[in-house]
Amino acid sequence: MSKFDKEQILRTSGVNVLKCMRCGKCSATCPSYDEMEYHPHQFVYMVEKGEIDKLMNSPSIYKCLSCFACVERCPRGVEPAKVVEAVRLQVIRKQGANHMTPDDIPALLDDDLPQQAIVTAMRKYSK
Amino acid sequence: MIFSYYPGCTLKNKAQDLDRYARASAEKLGVTLQELENWQCCGGAFSMGKDEIASKLASVRALNAAKEQGQDLVTLCSACHNVLKQANDAMANDAEFSDHANNYMQLDQPYRGETKVIHYLELLRDVVGFENVKKAVVNPLKGRKIAAYYGCLLLRPGKVMQMDNPENPRIMEDFIRAIGAEPVLWANRNECCGGYAVMEDKKIAQKKSTAVMENAADMQADTLVTACPLCLYNLTKNASGEHRLPVVYFTELLAEALGVKD
Repeated sequence: MSKFDKEQILRTSGVNVLKCMRCGKCSATCPSYDEMEYHPHQFVYMVEKGEIDKLMNSPSIYKCLSCFACVERCPRGVEPAKVVEAVRLQVIRKQGANHMTPDDIPALLDDDLPQQAIVTAMRKYSK
Repeated sequence: MIFSYYPGCTLKNKAQDLDRYARASAEKLGVTLQELENWQCCGGAFSMGKDEIASKLASVRALNAAKEQGQDLVTLCSACHNVLKQANDAMANDAEFSDHANNYMQLDQPYRGETKVIHYLELLRDVVGFENVKKAVVNPLKGRKIAAYYGCLLLRPGKVMQMDNPENPRIMEDFIRAIGAEPVLWANRNECCGGYAVMEDKKIAQKKSTAVMENAADMQADTLVTACPLCLYNLTKNASGEHRLPVVYFTELLAEALGVKD
């Protein structure tokens, strides 16, 4: 499974993980660093090494804010956020694997919650 | 000056102030914003997956509709702007994606990213000109110290958004000067508020929004301005701590300065 997942993740992300020079700037600038078990630089490294299952089973895939800080600041143009996104897609695209469903939404609503939050979360956490 | 205009879902609901003050101000400045007919929600986030096609088609429809009108497309919500701009870039530069999307769309003429997408702030800077905004101000916001909050979506990825220097922007500060107020320089102006993670893990949004708010307060701002409904929500509802500044849409301050705020 892992080999297939790796190939699919590389295809979906369009990222060349071999460009990474392991400087760690992506993780240093990541606003979700404290909440992640695996950090952006580890996503890049572990996909390269084929340690895909650990990433796919980690809640870290739901902690990326898609803020593009790592994409902007990587000195090698690796674009780590795209790897995180591709791993998450590889998980939630499987049958029954949505991380959020419409049934979860009512409990999360309040009077001010913008529609933007709901549509973005559904896009990120479900297929 | 006539432009196509894409308001987006939130501006029709929780962020109506962002929209109506923008329309009133545009009118005062001699700019006509024509809302696209039958636009659909952009989805709030641009899916980074290169093989995600269907989730980007609403954006492509909007972009193509502006092309058919022969008009540049103005956006206002930071998220819509980010999504439309990235979708447009992919249509222009990612041939495989562009071919797939055009296969779905079945347009008379394929869409290849021809539409120019500009944010309302760019409309003020590049079309109207901040000098002319300044001339149109009847109620300069003298003595106000305002922190421009860019967040993440307006500026990044810089090579696609091309609004300003993504690490050292000035467009919002120049806007603040044009309406007669003083911009505050602060470190967290282009760091994330926690965004949509508020739906998944509220403490991320609380932590990030508090850091943004504290930094703006430390630098003696009296108000934060944003173009993003989700930033406004997180900073208003999820930032904690001693100093909680008011957060408003930049269009509200513009309307106030132009004397068109009702």
